Amino acid sequence: MTTLLKVTYLTTHIGSETRPVRPVDEISFSVEKGETFALLGESGCGKSMTALSLLRLNPQPVSRIVRGKVELAGQDLLNLSEAEMEHIRGRRIAMIFQEPQSSLNPVLSVGQQIGEALQWHFDINGEALHNRIVELLSSVGIPDPLQRIKAYPHQLSGGMKQRVMIAIALAGEPELLIADEPTTALDVTIQAQILDLLKQIQRDTGMAILLISHDLAVVAQMADHVAVMYAGQIVETAPREDFFQQVNHPYSQKLFEALPTEQKRQQQLTVIKGNVPALDTVFKGCRFVERCDKAITQCDQTPPKWYQDEQQGVRCHLYDPSDNLISDQKQNENAPSVLQSIPFEQKPVLVLDDLQVHFPIKKGLLQRTVGQVRAVDGVNLQLRQAETVALVGESGCGKTTVGKGILQLVKVTGGQVVYHDKVLNKLTNSELRSQRNALQIIFQDPYASMNPRMTVSQVIEEAMLAGPATLNANERTERIVHLLERVGLDAQYKHHYPHEFSGGQRQRICIARALAADPKVLICDEPTSALDVSVQAQILNLLRELQQEFDLSYFFITHNISVVEYLAHRIAVMYLGRIVEQGSRNEILKSPKHPYTQALLAAVPKLEGGTEREVIRLEGELPSPGNPPQGCHFHQRCPKAMAECKTAYPEPTQLSADHEVRCFLY
Amino acid sequence: MSSLPFLPVFLWTDILIYLLLAVILLAVLSIRKHAHLKAPWKSVLQRKRGVISLMILLCYVAVGLLDSFHFRSAIENDKSTEEQHYATEVLAVLDLVIMPLREQVEKTYSAPFATRSFVREMHQADKTQLNYDYAKLQYAGSHLSSEEDKWPDIQATVLSTSAKASILWLLLAITFILLLSKKRNVTWREQTLRMVSGQSRYPLRTVLLMLWLIVMTVWNIAALSVDYHVLGTDKVGQDVLYQSLKSIRTGLVIGTLTTLVMLPLAVSMGIAAGYFRGWIDDVIQYIYTTLNSIPGVLLIAAAVLMLQVYMNNHPENFVTIAERADMRLLFLCIILGVTSWTGLCRILRGETLKLREAEYVLASRALGTGNFNILRRHIMPNLMHIVMIAVVLDFSGLVLAEAVLSYVGVGVDPSMISWGNMINSARLEMARDPVVWWSLTAAFIFMFVLVLAANLFADVVRDAFDPQSQKAA
Repeated sequence: MTTLLKVTYLTTHIGSETRPVRPVDEISFSVEKGETFALLGESGCGKSMTALSLLRLNPQPVSRIVRGKVELAGQDLLNLSEAEMEHIRGRRIAMIFQEPQSSLNPVLSVGQQIGEALQWHFDINGEALHNRIVELLSSVGIPDPLQRIKAYPHQLSGGMKQRVMIAIALAGEPELLIADEPTTALDVTIQAQILDLLKQIQRDTGMAILLISHDLAVVAQMADHVAVMYAGQIVETAPREDFFQQVNHPYSQKLFEALPTEQKRQQQLTVIKGNVPALDTVFKGCRFVERCDKAITQCDQTPPKWYQDEQQGVRCHLYDPSDNLISDQKQNENAPSVLQSIPFEQKPVLVLDDLQVHFPIKKGLLQRTVGQVRAVDGVNLQLRQAETVALVGESGCGKTTVGKGILQLVKVTGGQVVYHDKVLNKLTNSELRSQRNALQIIFQDPYASMNPRMTVSQVIEEAMLAGPATLNANERTERIVHLLERVGLDAQYKHHYPHEFSGGQRQRICIARALAADPKVLICDEPTSALDVSVQAQILNLLRELQQEFDLSYFFITHNISVVEYLAHRIAVMYLGRIVEQGSRNEILKSPKHPYTQALLAAVPKLEGGTEREVIRLEGELPSPGNPPQGCHFHQRCPKAMAECKTAYPEPTQLSADHEVRCFLY
Repeated sequence: MSSLPFLPVFLWTDILIYLLLAVILLAVLSIRKHAHLKAPWKSVLQRKRGVISLMILLCYVAVGLLDSFHFRSAIENDKSTEEQHYATEVLAVLDLVIMPLREQVEKTYSAPFATRSFVREMHQADKTQLNYDYAKLQYAGSHLSSEEDKWPDIQATVLSTSAKASILWLLLAITFILLLSKKRNVTWREQTLRMVSGQSRYPLRTVLLMLWLIVMTVWNIAALSVDYHVLGTDKVGQDVLYQSLKSIRTGLVIGTLTTLVMLPLAVSMGIAAGYFRGWIDDVIQYIYTTLNSIPGVLLIAAAVLMLQVYMNNHPENFVTIAERADMRLLFLCIILGVTSWTGLCRILRGETLKLREAEYVLASRALGTGNFNILRRHIMPNLMHIVMIAVVLDFSGLVLAEAVLSYVGVGVDPSMISWGNMINSARLEMARDPVVWWSLTAAFIFMFVLVLAANLFADVVRDAFDPQSQKAA
């Protein structure tokens, strides 16, 4: 194989000359023709800036490429003029971004946007142009390309938009595709489709892919070669097989250990202490030293060199061939943390009985209701004390609305939310207020869930002022200090504002706020999906400890199956406003019955098993809850659909004491 | 009955200004007690732009306040037993301070620092001869023995006053440094060194330089204006500097009182419409859409004319011209406020619609916090930056609106000195050749400095109150 892209000592600085931020600091790697090279790392470690610097698209004038070489088949891109670069970008190196929503121009049709790229790079017009656009659209798996050519981005779903983005990238027939987190904003089933598509295109065209991702599982599925980035440097590279068998750098090891999995159910997850260091610090020793358990004295004093052996390389003092230090490191054991088992017979704390939340569709001058969006359409669920029930499903299936419906944050259309024999949706406002504190919520985005103009102590104090308990000012301060310490924050920061904290710390503050109300049920709405793996582990550990300490019941809304594996007692799978299957964790994960559950689990990328897996691929996307299909909502995408499925919605079938499925197959 | 040498007059706008001042003082006292409120204001004072604009604003406010203490002076009375009578003319403390400016009235236009009139006229040179030329001014340069001495005289005055001003400034600075070094327990050397090298916590160097600039400017202008018309005179010979200074109060009153009328309406309605939605939203939207579709000038004209009729029918309620003019000013503020709240209200409604769906508001509702507390704790503070920007932009807009309305004839009373009236009368003279430029320029400079200082100050304040731009402590 020949080297397509060779990057040597690439360095990009942002900001002042005297104390620059260095997101890309002497990065060297090379991508072979036709291979997939993955750049792996947490947020803020310089992955995206590296990709942008390759194309010289780094933000101007705040950042500048200070030195290094980017050679594309022998040609140094950094020496080219801007005009010459315009024929490299898109033509020889193309790029797709994380958010297809914002990468497409909303006022141009899909065909125009692809045509623009084609006309820029090739002398092509009229009939030929049209045919080429259709060809590109069908090559990225868009059904009915002749119609779609006139569609505008808002008429397409997220997965379709990402396909269009890929079509635009393919228009220039590039030799290298840079994919910056191409599936992070998409659902698992769609992610599987897009990853398959990328692999298929690679097979067909022999294009190389530079994949940027934070997701170990995606990398495991896609990459041929892996590089791990930390604080602006590559700390380890290896071919995929070697990497997933034996990781060398302590940071990479930690990343693996922090992943929640089924096997780690009986123990605490490993956390990486601290945060990624600020990139404007002048590092004296190793950049990871403060967070590393294996640090030795050298790590503090001299920056580690790059130790290369054939294909594998690592930047760590422990692998210095002149020294044998590795042996005296002992593996630290994780503290056990057993998930309590909850007897099924126990009386539930919270019961959802045929819960319905419909939103009216209003139209016309008089705002008449012309239809209903059935966001939640008859959900039955029970939650016992100290139990975790996970609600999984694709985005748009109504998971979050169920959470809001329980808390009465949206008006419940029908059915009942029963908490301790009280029907919450039938209470008056003042009666409801006295029950409010028992049910609390933790949101997905820790940046948006706290008022930016309140200090941490005000945020937590609000929960106490609203609740029924009457505490005086001193008692409140005492409790704030206690709560902050309980969730693992230093109480001296209580007068600071939320923006001074990192994402993980903010999520801790949100947990402290919820705890301040003395809740019995905690609704966790994707609490870790905005966080990095290492921080996610901290939050999951904390949630587990708190559950045992306060006997909390968790209603865990998520799309992340590995978190569910680690945390849940029972799982409910939701599809288009209804629960299609629910049961204990083992039953659902080990023997899923509903075709949708099977497909959902199959779509989750796995670390082990490699690329050769027998999988059920779902076609199409979630239909609109405003206009659900007749009969079983899933029949259009179901590989096992029968005639019956088109006429009626299946009734629940009881498979065991707590395993229930709604499908005609059973 | 006691015979005071003067009778205090409390105009309506005066009372409102005192109230406003009292509220601001109380606010300052309470802010000093709370550390988390004090911190952002401290950071305002720690920025150079903040202190510079604040000092300029304070100068304006000082002039405006001096102009807000009104009185009528006693008329000399032979028979002391009888009731004391007072002059019908209402004066302000400011008029006493700048008495020469007020009283040195020429016949007509004269350019800045001129010793002769701007227009030719017939006048008697001696007993037999009639001359048609530029007459000597009555007051300006009257102390000069010959007109050639004018520039040397001005030079000498500037030099001596600058020296005096610098000495005064030096004395002030030394006292300041000594007081500060005593408070901080350091020697005066260290304190001076720290200040000069710019290492002090507050930008004291900037403060002192600005103080020097202000002392120099004020004293020089004061010294020169005794003998000359620094900014010339207008059509009836009144000093333009005097007019400009008197206009400050009018501008400040229109800017602040209108905002006071507008703010409660805009904020309460905007938040209510955005937060409660439903029929409340509909009603408020209809109100402001209706109000917006009526031309503002018509409403203002109608209101001012109605007031005019009322004042003509009830002359007994208005003893002096000043009181009539003041009532008109107050009414103008109210009507301007009533017509100008809709824009801000609309912006606030939109922003509230967004905020009510924010996760922290949802979290607060899940905690069981009442609507009032959510509005107070979560919605209001996150709208304040919009309010602050709107207020400052409106402030300058209102000062300009006053000028336009005066032109239409529905602005402030013609007897009241305002930048609007100054510009309006100067407008007529722009077609003259040579042009009479000083009235317009003076009004422009005074307005410009005020509006610029207010904008800069608001900018700094907004930055200080935005937690995201604050440095992590």
